[in-house]
Amino acid sequence: MDNGYIKQRLQQQFHDGVSNFEEPYGMLTFESPKDLNLKLLQFLFDDPELRFQFLTDLTAVHYPDQKGRELAVVYHLHNLVDNIRIRYKVFTDIEKPDVFTATKLYSSANWMERETYDFYGVNFVGHPNLIRILNVDEMNYFPMRKEFPLEDQTRIDKDDQMFGR
Amino acid sequence: MTEHHIRLPEGSIEKTTTTLNLGPTHPATHGVFQNILELDGERIVSAVQTVGYIHRAFEKIAERRPLYQITPLTDRLNYCSSPINNMGWHLVCEKLLRIKTPKRVDYMRVIIMELARISDHLICNSVVGVDSGAYTGFLYVMQYRELIYEIYEEICGSRLTTNMGRIGGFERNFNSNVFEKLEKFLREYPDVLKEFENLFTRNRIFMDRTIGTGGISAERALNYGFTGPNLRATGVDYDVRVHTPYSSYEDFDFAIPVGKTGDNYDRFLVRNEEMWESLKIIEQAYQKVQEFKGADAEVYHADVPEYFLPKKSDVYTKMEALIWHFKIVMGETEIPPGEVYSSVEGGNGELGFYLISDGGRAPYRLHFRRPCFIYYQAYSELTKGSMLSDAVLTMSSLNLIAGEMDA
Repeated sequence: MDNGYIKQRLQQQFHDGVSNFEEPYGMLTFESPKDLNLKLLQFLFDDPELRFQFLTDLTAVHYPDQKGRELAVVYHLHNLVDNIRIRYKVFTDIEKPDVFTATKLYSSANWMERETYDFYGVNFVGHPNLIRILNVDEMNYFPMRKEFPLEDQTRIDKDDQMFGR
Repeated sequence: MTEHHIRLPEGSIEKTTTTLNLGPTHPATHGVFQNILELDGERIVSAVQTVGYIHRAFEKIAERRPLYQITPLTDRLNYCSSPINNMGWHLVCEKLLRIKTPKRVDYMRVIIMELARISDHLICNSVVGVDSGAYTGFLYVMQYRELIYEIYEEICGSRLTTNMGRIGGFERNFNSNVFEKLEKFLREYPDVLKEFENLFTRNRIFMDRTIGTGGISAERALNYGFTGPNLRATGVDYDVRVHTPYSSYEDFDFAIPVGKTGDNYDRFLVRNEEMWESLKIIEQAYQKVQEFKGADAEVYHADVPEYFLPKKSDVYTKMEALIWHFKIVMGETEIPPGEVYSSVEGGNGELGFYLISDGGRAPYRLHFRRPCFIYYQAYSELTKGSMLSDAVLTMSSLNLIAGEMDA
């Protein structure tokens, strides 16, 4: 089984639902509309040949310049039998960042989704316990979004006699 | 006596369970995290984990830093085996930058990573012993962890948070002290490990405490995202070193030890067995390193002037070296755009780095796949219905490192 075969199987099953196939550094990467994510993950899980049953990683990325698809939820899946990894993305609008939860399929998704919610505010619909995990409960923003930059190291408005800037 | 000592208000329901806070600063947690246990007598009805007490926003900080300044952040993930994290970080950078490291560097890295694995497993297993009431093993093996730390010290000057290596190789060649200490370690450590096993493996008390507690099936473990020794204890022979070899692990001959039941005892045995395998790997790697003679024995980094700091003597005398020096130190090297995931077999599982670069000077996004953050979720399932004392043991045998969990 290679990347070409996985791509072909996905296209047979989902036709236009899967798109943007790429292979950066050898890992098959593709995306689908966000309402398809559970169907697609389930298909990858159940298919007797594909068997992507191990969720390696789940996280999000913020692209503030892409209007309507600012947040990407990234799944890294691993077929442990054939030892193939794939990367699957769904993009969502930041105004209404609702994505279906994968916790029913993977118990490991529970905390990873909580972490993703904590830092990016992705609302995982159907999650059993979607609350903050690493940050304080009182926090009212999502700190990993790009609108919260770290301090600019080249700023000149600070007057620091001792160390200079 | 039929009457209560304490009169409850009219209509209230008496709570029959006890709530117990295990942590965040409890000797049994070995780190800053909390378990809120609901106890029925001494049996655990439910356990709720709280993490995040030492969250330091490494992923956010990394978005403002040049690559070489992120290495010290990775030290502070799993601080029991920080060289593995350092090497893992260098490997993902090298993958992104398409740098090919010389074989000698790979073998040197393998030596360091396996030493780190031994020190990681050593502390985990001896702490399992401490939590089951056997302090001797812990005190006995610590001097060899000390020896490993001395080897780190000879290489990079620090012991716990090592910041070891650079993109493309090491900051300097291993000196003769490193090899002397390594030889001493290889000579003496097998006896110590044997003794350590004698203390525990067939110890009746230890076996009674660990067999059958904190067990998990292979299927559940995979669903929970277990990796590393904890997964292998359930019988799944998944090891990143074998499945996705990095740093020339394919050149070495070693076995993946697996368990069967996934309980505390199996986890202990798998770790012990892995230490033997690590010793085998170190011996092979040391031999391979010794085979390089003459000029080859002076190779300790790849030729990447954009990322590897030039020699100080060159910086003061050569224009080009001076330019590179400043570009690197000020973080003015543009990273090529790309998206890459790379993982290494850390002390407690698959430590992954997901790095996205948009062509700037710092990563656009960096995500750490921290193994123990993912498998700690299973703790409430592992301990449900077990005794409080077993839950403490389960916690230490899972090898939970607070620094890694909270990133």
